[in-house]
Amino acid sequence: MVFLALLDGTVTAFVLALIALGLSLVFGVMRIVNVAHGEFFMLGAVLSWFAYHWTGDALWGFILALLVAPVIVGVIAVLSERYILRKVHYNPESTIVATIGILYVIQQLTLMLFGPEARPVEAPIYFRVVFPWFGYSGYKLLVAAMSGLCLCGVWILMKRSKLGLYMRATQQDHEIATTFGVPTKKIYASVFALGGGLAALAGVLVVPIRQADHLMGLEPLLLSFIVVIIGGLGSLRGTIIAAFLIGISDGIISVFYEPTLAKMLATLFVVMILIIKPGGLFGESPQ
Amino acid sequence: MNKKEEEKVDQQSELNLSRRTVLSTGAALAGAGIIGSQLIDPAAKTAYAAGSDEPIRIGFQAHRTGIGALYGRWYERTTNAAAKYINSIGGIAGRPIEIITEDDGTDPKRGADVVEKLATKHKVDFVYGTLFSHVVMGSAPRAGELKIPYFVVSEGYHVASGALNRYVFQPCITDVRSQITAVANWIFSNLGKNVALIYPDYAFGYDHRDYASAAAAKSGAKITAKIAIPPTASSFTRYFIQIPKNTDVIYHVMVGPGVLTFVREMGEHFGSVDVFEHYGSKHLKLFGFIDSLEGVNINSPGLEFLDGSHFWEAMPRYADGYPTAAEKFYRDTVGIDDSGASKSDSKDVAAYSHMFGCWETLFAIKEAVEQSGYKSKKDYQTLIETFEGFSGFNEGIAHPQGSKVFSGKTHQCYGQQFVSQVKNGKFNVVHRTSIADGMYEPETDYTKKSL
Repeated sequence: MVFLALLDGTVTAFVLALIALGLSLVFGVMRIVNVAHGEFFMLGAVLSWFAYHWTGDALWGFILALLVAPVIVGVIAVLSERYILRKVHYNPESTIVATIGILYVIQQLTLMLFGPEARPVEAPIYFRVVFPWFGYSGYKLLVAAMSGLCLCGVWILMKRSKLGLYMRATQQDHEIATTFGVPTKKIYASVFALGGGLAALAGVLVVPIRQADHLMGLEPLLLSFIVVIIGGLGSLRGTIIAAFLIGISDGIISVFYEPTLAKMLATLFVVMILIIKPGGLFGESPQ
Repeated sequence: MNKKEEEKVDQQSELNLSRRTVLSTGAALAGAGIIGSQLIDPAAKTAYAAGSDEPIRIGFQAHRTGIGALYGRWYERTTNAAAKYINSIGGIAGRPIEIITEDDGTDPKRGADVVEKLATKHKVDFVYGTLFSHVVMGSAPRAGELKIPYFVVSEGYHVASGALNRYVFQPCITDVRSQITAVANWIFSNLGKNVALIYPDYAFGYDHRDYASAAAAKSGAKITAKIAIPPTASSFTRYFIQIPKNTDVIYHVMVGPGVLTFVREMGEHFGSVDVFEHYGSKHLKLFGFIDSLEGVNINSPGLEFLDGSHFWEAMPRYADGYPTAAEKFYRDTVGIDDSGASKSDSKDVAAYSHMFGCWETLFAIKEAVEQSGYKSKKDYQTLIETFEGFSGFNEGIAHPQGSKVFSGKTHQCYGQQFVSQVKNGKFNVVHRTSIADGMYEPETDYTKKSL
């Protein structure tokens, strides 16, 4: 039972880390709270359904979605950054309201084009991993592995590439970065696109183990907020550690007690963090 | 279908009924109170032609969005098909029927707003069609305050329990308590006596928990676990591990967008029915309420493990499960093929064990309006009293699922239930209960409550 709890928790943690990472990056670099983040995740899942439906094949549909969904969502993110967020000068209060607006627009457009029902997407590969005590979906393990790869990819991007350097510079001090010739406007657009793309990628990965529906963005949004607050706003390492903390504790508490208790404790933990260490476990203190 | 054929179908259905003697309470039902389903009254057509063109307005509270969307879609199709058919045979008391649909988002709070909007803005005669029990619980008090008859198609025990008010009726779909009472003994004697319950964590699920537990206590069976799952859950493995080793039967019922994932993860967790044998030392069996698979193709990948398992159905999804002429007429009119999917899209599987309730309820409203002489809102009292005087509905085009016994005290009907086994990629009916199997003593008397 402990094993299952850990296994289930680990899978949850990887996916959560991937979703929360985008939110954390956007906050860290741009200093805005993107309430529409969950909708980018939902769009990834919904686009995955379209890819599956269009190709009529689980594997090709999955590959197509994996390649195309993050790009489409990235483009949507860039457009909303360019024409909405930039117009309100990234003002924290205005961006919250603006992204709430984006949330509703995306959700309602999806409702109109995709319909209200939950639609299944077949997993690209389907196998059961049989443990001595129970069986487990092989695809879920694959999701965890692929999320892990994506996380490594982002890590390398942040630490080794020029874009990553620019991002970190902008995150540390926007004005000084601009003075040193960092194209911060482009960086903002890239970060917002990257955040959206990562969420969409998570959506594509997750949709075969649940189903695509237009309301599925809410839960990951809340969990991402919890993770990002605990981990420290803008901290990559903090986000990943917090995702594991939440994912695994959620797994264990849900198995042995109640899933609702797991959510309550996670929320309680957020409150404690906000009181004791407002910057999060690995975040900088707010100025 | 022309009129002559329709008459033939109706007569056949009546014959089917008497041949099968579905009702062990038959003699009582043959009495005066039973409402016939002879819809093809030649006078009706004349009356419609000559009669008032002021329509009977029925406000349809639909789950177009939210967790009930799948059911909502089928409830809407069935409702529209029934309304079209009723209009083609002369409407209600010579007046055309008009359906005004409002989405409640499967949300109790919005449900109450929708009832209010239908009643006050659209000025409908009746509100009808709500399915999800928490929405019914949230909406019914508002209907009572607005004093407008509210006909639900929900399954929850909330109407018969007396928790609601005299304006609420559930005339054409049986409640969970009755369904469980009807099939519980079959489960205990055919599948096993140690049963683990898995159910949604809200009103409808609690009805399952409470009445399955009560039925078990009565017949010496044991409930080994009660596992409640939040209806919005998206991962289920963690719940399956809570099933104890001494379990013979998993009794499962799930609703919401995650049903396919739920059933699939159950398969992943326990494996095929063969591997189920390794669970503890016993052979673990599955009994599901079809809600766990409404709208889901039984041949979806990952569901192979269900082969051999049993399901409760209110109305058999596959046409050969209950092949009566009325059933066929209903199936054709709504546009469903022999395997329970939409005729225009075989991937679009119906909520077949629930949606008949919409069809039948509209006919029940028709009967009540015509018998009571209802003209406008001022006649609500007569209409409600007339309805409370009904003792049942005969099988036929108006009631293709089967005859119903109606209790005026509880505002709730009783009907037959089916147990089907999954074999060769389809549901096969293996047992049909009598109406009496699902009957219980009324716990309330709405007729004594004020209007």
